[in-house]
Amino acid sequence: MNRATLNLWVGFFVLLGFLAFLMLAFKVGNLNLDGSGGTYEVVAHFDNIGQLKERAPVRSSGVLVGRVHSVRFDTLHYNAEVHMVIDTQYHFPVDSSVSVLTSGILGEQYVGLDAGGDDKMLKNGDEIKLTQGAMVLERLIGQFLFNKAQEGGTDKTSTDKGAP
Amino acid sequence: MRGAWGHGLRTVGDTTLSIVGRIGAVVLFLGQILRHSGTSFRRFGLVIREVYFAGVQSLIIILVSGLFVGMVLGLQGFETLQSYGSSESVGVLVALSLMRELGPVVSALLFASRAGSAITAEIGLMKATEQLSAMEMMAVNPLARVVAPRFWGGVISLPLLAVLFAAMGILGGFLVTVVMLGVDSGAFWSQMQAAVDFHHDILNGVIKSLVFGVAVSAIATFEGYEAPPTAEGVSGATTRTVVSSSLAILALDLLLTAFMMKGWN
Repeated sequence: MNRATLNLWVGFFVLLGFLAFLMLAFKVGNLNLDGSGGTYEVVAHFDNIGQLKERAPVRSSGVLVGRVHSVRFDTLHYNAEVHMVIDTQYHFPVDSSVSVLTSGILGEQYVGLDAGGDDKMLKNGDEIKLTQGAMVLERLIGQFLFNKAQEGGTDKTSTDKGAP
Repeated sequence: MRGAWGHGLRTVGDTTLSIVGRIGAVVLFLGQILRHSGTSFRRFGLVIREVYFAGVQSLIIILVSGLFVGMVLGLQGFETLQSYGSSESVGVLVALSLMRELGPVVSALLFASRAGSAITAEIGLMKATEQLSAMEMMAVNPLARVVAPRFWGGVISLPLLAVLFAAMGILGGFLVTVVMLGVDSGAFWSQMQAAVDFHHDILNGVIKSLVFGVAVSAIATFEGYEAPPTAEGVSGATTRTVVSSSLAILALDLLLTAFMMKGWN
């Protein structure tokens, strides 16, 4: 095989490889969001984050607007400190609120961002004050049982009082 | 120590020492290749020739296996995910498993048996027919002229092949789940894009295949260069190339995955 055909084939092979890499990067991966498109970071304190992990999505009205950057425990306030990076093309008022939500019944947990009504917009490093932590199933069940028991208790005492 | 027990224990010790010794010899050989790599980059035509033999000629087997592996993943994933009512996530399953594991590992295994064995046989036969000694007589260093270009050809080819394998597999998964089984095409791609991260999944996969490329090429050239110069020796060396590079790929994969997972949290 002569030199020119050999180089042609190798060139074709390398080009094909790079095309496949670009396809993986842009069509399959999410290079556009985490890339140089620009993000700003906001922080929020939650009393409970449930199963929230790094890289979990931040959604507003169901649209992906950013990702959780890091999660750590704040020993000053004794709660969870969550850093989120939001894409710069999305602006939110400073009085926006965040909550830890679950997609579906068994789905992953994500941060839901609800826009507020203030004129001032969130900047890099700002803190979102209005937060709601994750629902913990045990506490919900506990609360429900407690309420039921209380209802049952008041019913019983009322009938007890009514009987004599 | 005497008797059967002593003999058995001695065999275990011997085997362990010879395995460790061989790993050490491969690493030293790798160092020698790197020292003599200057010629390969000055005369890049030599490397291009090897990229043709190792990479271009492995294209068909890699593309076809990638397509089939992706199709099987799509079928299996669809079957299981459907019972949880989340068959749209099959795209995520196919993309992540191909990008993180199957792409680098399976293409490296195929590469070891398709191109690695060929490299070993070629260098081994060159040694058996005393072509390498003839080069030395002419003051041409066979490490620089024969071994290093084949090494770099393998190192360049394998990451490209692994990326093509993954891309082809995703295409296969798309064909089976979207075209044949009727999963929604938009959900297939958007869920995939939401779950696959460029740095954590795609770049780490490429890094893996680069490491495998170095390991397979070093083992293949080493076995060929150190093969006993007989017909038996060359055939044994070819077999050893496939066996030890497959084991090396799987062991390195475990190590690399463990390190990369730590970063993923």
